[in-house]
Amino acid sequence: MAISTQGATTARAALPRTRRSRSGIGEDSRRVNWWLTALIAVLSLTVLIPLYFAIVTALKTPDQLAGTGFELPAPVDLQNFADAWNLTDFPRTLANTAFITAGAVVLTLLTNSLVSYAVARNMHKPFFKGVYFYVLTALFVPFPIIMLPVVKETAVLGLDNQAGLILLYTVYGLSLNVFIYVAFIRSIPIELEEAARTDGAGTWRVFWRVVFPLLGPMNATVGILTCVWAWNDFLLPLVVLSDPAARTLPLAQYIFQGQFNTDYTTAFASYLMAMAPLLLVYVFAQRWVISGVMRGSIK
Amino acid sequence: MTTSTAAPKAAAPATPAGSPPTVRRKRSRLGRTPAAHYWMVVPALVLFFVLHTVPVIVGVFFSFTDYAGYGVWDFVGLRNYGALFQDDRVIEAYGFTFGVAIACTVLVNVIALGIALALNARIKFQALFRGIFFVPYVLSILVVGYVFQYIFANSLPQLLNGIPVFRDNILANPDWAWTAIVFLTVWQGVAFSTILYLAGLQTIPQELYEASSIDGASKRRQFASITFPLIGAFFTINMVLAMKTYLQVFDQIIPLTNGGPGTSTESITLLIFRGGFQGGEYAYQTANAVIYLIVIILVSIFQFKVLSRREAEF
Repeated sequence: MAISTQGATTARAALPRTRRSRSGIGEDSRRVNWWLTALIAVLSLTVLIPLYFAIVTALKTPDQLAGTGFELPAPVDLQNFADAWNLTDFPRTLANTAFITAGAVVLTLLTNSLVSYAVARNMHKPFFKGVYFYVLTALFVPFPIIMLPVVKETAVLGLDNQAGLILLYTVYGLSLNVFIYVAFIRSIPIELEEAARTDGAGTWRVFWRVVFPLLGPMNATVGILTCVWAWNDFLLPLVVLSDPAARTLPLAQYIFQGQFNTDYTTAFASYLMAMAPLLLVYVFAQRWVISGVMRGSIK
Repeated sequence: MTTSTAAPKAAAPATPAGSPPTVRRKRSRLGRTPAAHYWMVVPALVLFFVLHTVPVIVGVFFSFTDYAGYGVWDFVGLRNYGALFQDDRVIEAYGFTFGVAIACTVLVNVIALGIALALNARIKFQALFRGIFFVPYVLSILVVGYVFQYIFANSLPQLLNGIPVFRDNILANPDWAWTAIVFLTVWQGVAFSTILYLAGLQTIPQELYEASSIDGASKRRQFASITFPLIGAFFTINMVLAMKTYLQVFDQIIPLTNGGPGTSTESITLLIFRGGFQGGEYAYQTANAVIYLIVIILVSIFQFKVLSRREAEF
């Protein structure tokens, strides 16, 4: 654990240093490896080509589909997006997904950090140590084993809706998040909390005012992991949600594919519309996302 | 459990005072567990127990019955478990799942390590390329899968019509459809592993490379003697996480082949989902899931043991 914390600091310190040195003259003695740059550029096409393919197909009319699919659309047809918008009930599915994701992220950050804090600060106590390993075992329980009982249980408890999903993501994320948080919290010097306590702050106040802000990088990581998971998850909403009006973007795609699988151009417009929101967020938050996950990955 | 013994002890000294919570908390001494720490854990723990542990127990319980998911049921003892080992469909699903999981784990880790090394080297547009390679991680595998489904079924047969396997739509070929699933899984899985490896590479001090190049070490030697040993922990984590994740392959199969042609690309997860939800085999497939849990735990422990031993040698 000691090594890992050291690692975290090195990584954080290394990033700005390299960035600065690149602008500085002759600071980095290594020469730009153009051969490797070219190789990486070619490899990045494996990511970009499927995206290009999705975009051009979504912009075509059905009679332009004849070729290999990589040809540019002429003329560009935007009708597909309007059709897909209506067929997948886009505003509603988007709002459902956004609501579930936002709820899961907020609740996860607030509760999972709290659990981790209490566990990390009391690891010497058998009760908290027990809690730690008890929660960790869930990492290895495959979803199918609980899939069927959890469907019945959520139905009985009235949780077969968006609120239930938020709760499930928060609870099921606990094992990985506690694992990530605890390692990080143990690296935070306890003196800071003792100082706050001497000033008269209670345990809750110490947590929210002192510890929680210090968890910044971990909160970013856990937030991103939860966000991507809840936004894209397919199986849990498929089995838990009972009301069709509550369906999420991945579910809409699944049902859409079954009903309209011959209508390729509209289907592709809907795929693109399902990908776009998170992709747009990612483009704007990219640097932050990557550095956040990189920090979080150090356990 | 320990809850009952530990909790009152911590709360006891404060309770007789009967003072409001704020005052009570201020009095809690350093070094002793404040009652608040229990309040931070217990509600979440109860939820975790109700929504995770109870379903596990219920699942294990029903695996000893003949429950179909509805109606009446009886205890059948270990009959479900016995039947699993004679069920060709189950055995095939295990074979397929393990094949895909092993192929994906190896490919994802080799490719991700390669890309991470390149992205960590002195290349132009480093930030841009890092951004691009992480894109698949944020995309839904189900939605991307539909795009690849079209590429495999419609574009590749035209582009590669000289190669027999691709000419006749690889997804409709029982012997080769699994490669498409591996491809899609790797396409998405590489993104996250790359980031993990990149994080590992950042922890290696640059001085080590400078010193070793003065000693005349080749690039290959540097990788074998410095880079790889020092990111050993990341390698272990990546391998275990990847294997565990890909043993549960599900989202990738739905858009590409939906388990077909026939049942040639039916994974364990898909089989449990189908049999349990649509096939009236609730109890039987739950028994399957229990076996599957044991298999995943054994595989993970085995990996940790083997990989950690290798790690410790350095």
